Amino acid sequence: MNNNIKADKGKRPLAFFSAGCDSAAHALRRSVLVALWFMFLTFPIMVIKVDTVNKTIDWRWMNLLWIGIGSFVLSFVWRWLLERKELQKDQVSTEGPVERLLTSASSIPAAKWSLLAIVGIAALVFPHLAGMYQTNIMISCLTYVALGLGLNIVVGLAGLLDLGYVAFYAVGAYAYALMNMHFQIGFWTMLPLGAVLGAICGILLGFPVLRLRGDYLAIVTLGFGEIIRLVLENWGEVTMGPSGISGIDRPMLFGHKFGVFDSITFMYYIMLGLMILTIFFVNRLQNSRIGRAWLALREDEIACQAMGIDRTKTKLMAFALGATWAGMAGVVFAAKTTFINPASFTFWESAIILSVVVIGGMGSVRGVILGALVLILLPEYLRAFSEFRMLIFGATMVLVMVFRPQGLIRAKRKVYTYMGRKTAGAEHG
Amino acid sequence: MVSPVLNVQDICMDFGGIRALDEVNLDVKAGEIVALIGPNGAGKTTFFNCITGIYKPTSGDVVVGRSGDSPRRINGIKPNLVTEIGMARTFQNIRLFPSMTALENVMIGTHCRTKSGIWGAISHNRKARVEEQEIIERSYHLLELVHLEEYANELACNLPYGKQRRLEIARAMATDPFLLLLDEPAAGMNPHETIELKELVLGIRDVYGISILLIEHDMKMVMSMSDRIFVLDYGRLISHGTPQEVSGDPAVIKAYLGEGDDDV
Ligand SMILES: Nc1ncnc2c1ncn2[C@@H]1O[C@H](COP(=O)(O)OP(=O)(O)O)[C@@H](O)[C@H]1O
Ligand SMILES: [Mg+2]
Repeated sequence: MNNNIKADKGKRPLAFFSAGCDSAAHALRRSVLVALWFMFLTFPIMVIKVDTVNKTIDWRWMNLLWIGIGSFVLSFVWRWLLERKELQKDQVSTEGPVERLLTSASSIPAAKWSLLAIVGIAALVFPHLAGMYQTNIMISCLTYVALGLGLNIVVGLAGLLDLGYVAFYAVGAYAYALMNMHFQIGFWTMLPLGAVLGAICGILLGFPVLRLRGDYLAIVTLGFGEIIRLVLENWGEVTMGPSGISGIDRPMLFGHKFGVFDSITFMYYIMLGLMILTIFFVNRLQNSRIGRAWLALREDEIACQAMGIDRTKTKLMAFALGATWAGMAGVVFAAKTTFINPASFTFWESAIILSVVVIGGMGSVRGVILGALVLILLPEYLRAFSEFRMLIFGATMVLVMVFRPQGLIRAKRKVYTYMGRKTAGAEHG
Repeated sequence: MVSPVLNVQDICMDFGGIRALDEVNLDVKAGEIVALIGPNGAGKTTFFNCITGIYKPTSGDVVVGRSGDSPRRINGIKPNLVTEIGMARTFQNIRLFPSMTALENVMIGTHCRTKSGIWGAISHNRKARVEEQEIIERSYHLLELVHLEEYANELACNLPYGKQRRLEIARAMATDPFLLLLDEPAAGMNPHETIELKELVLGIRDVYGISILLIEHDMKMVMSMSDRIFVLDYGRLISHGTPQEVSGDPAVIKAYLGEGDDDV
């Protein structure tokens, strides 16, 4: 009933002009008010210009006009978009353009494999076509994909809001740096050790916070992240304090040492391999008995326990497996930069990794990859806009959260087949 | 004499100064359908929470055991262990996993009867694959039992209310229980759905030999299907016996019609 009325409203030819209001006149009035308000707000900076040399005041009335027209139109578009989003909420399977493209591509096997092959080949030849600068950016982007996928286990699947994820990253990086400095332990030995160390730290953090959820958990993990950073900064005898550790060995290939340029290419391939490994593991875990238990834990803790799932074990497993990837990424990071200090492991890093997960789409592997690409590459390629760079970055995040609160690509439930048949009904997102 | 699968002795539950349960005794024998009734706020849900480990009872004994096994005292053990022993429940305010499909909801129920761990998940070895397929088949079979197979891939939150209640029963069945605890399974159902539900519950008892303890307000349903009825009022057990005995008990009539009866 209600839906019908709403749908009619959406189909009205002049829907744009009523922009989320009852009538075009109402929408017009509101937009005029918004425009006037913005003209008033920006008046001092946009209109008045004091010429200190000639001691005159420049009245730039044209600017006022532009701001008025601009905010008037934007207000219309904004409310129209919001209204359209409201209308689409009623349809069960609203897919964004990206999701639609992916769904149609993956439904045809040939298209799916050729798409994968193109992406694969592009990823393989990338360091040879692009310069060192681009390759470096790509390495850090891949690092964030791995970190995002790791955090995705904790936040996206198990629903445990972890704001101190960067601590595990720091543990991996410092473990390699210190072991390398004191015992000359190589990169390849340290990579699995970093994973194990990350997992152990994950469990150590997991134990005290088992009973916490939501905001409380977020605050405690935030504190944990800061504690690790403060320890790194102040425990000078061991960690070298704020000045950090330099001269960390780059990875070697069967005893072969690379030059600076080649080693960046090599690093790129290592990171690419690690990312593919992460995608593979997370995908497998997510669609397994354990992955389902994580989802159940996220959805309803009491019902989850009442169905026979051990909350303690499941939570600790999520913390440990999430931290594993951070530990490994940390080792790679230390090997790539050859220099680390506590400034690389601030809360800002945790926030970015969390944004990658949330903007990309919680619990969705493809979403997290896209999230990392957007969030890490966007600020880099926006350098052309210099001072507006972070502004655009912030605006993008706000827009995504308003119009796609579940992230760019939402998690998809697997469709199970039984007795050789495909289960009835369509896929649901 | 059939041995009880659930035997609760003198259980008390205090919330601060409030005594929500006061020395309640209740037992369920193998293959029985037992109803727990009483006015709102009598402490029925609290009783369920106490025996399923969500609350730890202040005093008393909760003893359970599959018929044939040696009984075990389970006061204050974790809810997931209670489920592992073989008591599964549904909730008065439906607690499905809303953004998982109906089939996945049931699959979660099989968690405590399956084993594959991290290694199985990642290596996808033969054992894990076989187990996974078994989980799917079994869950789908249970969906058929509650007539929800056509909604297998529908998200739980998109199902209508009555179907959600049936899905909760299927999910509880997936844990392979010997005793099923149903908290107001017919609440919010229309008369037709209630009849279907009654047949479902009777079928579960007859086909699978699972004992059932249910909380219910629909007297017609309770009277027609239960072997025995326990009546709670203000946390106290005021009557128990066969449906005939209970419906004729003056204490029960008083509790249901209110204190005003005293004067008449
Ligand atoms: N966690 C709790 N804390 C305090 N009081 C509670 C709690 N749970 C239940 N109660 C109280 O116990 C009494 C019984 O509640 P309940 O078992 O839900 O009744 P019902 O028989 O309707 O299921 C009510 O008075 C309720 O307020
Ligand atoms: Mg109740």
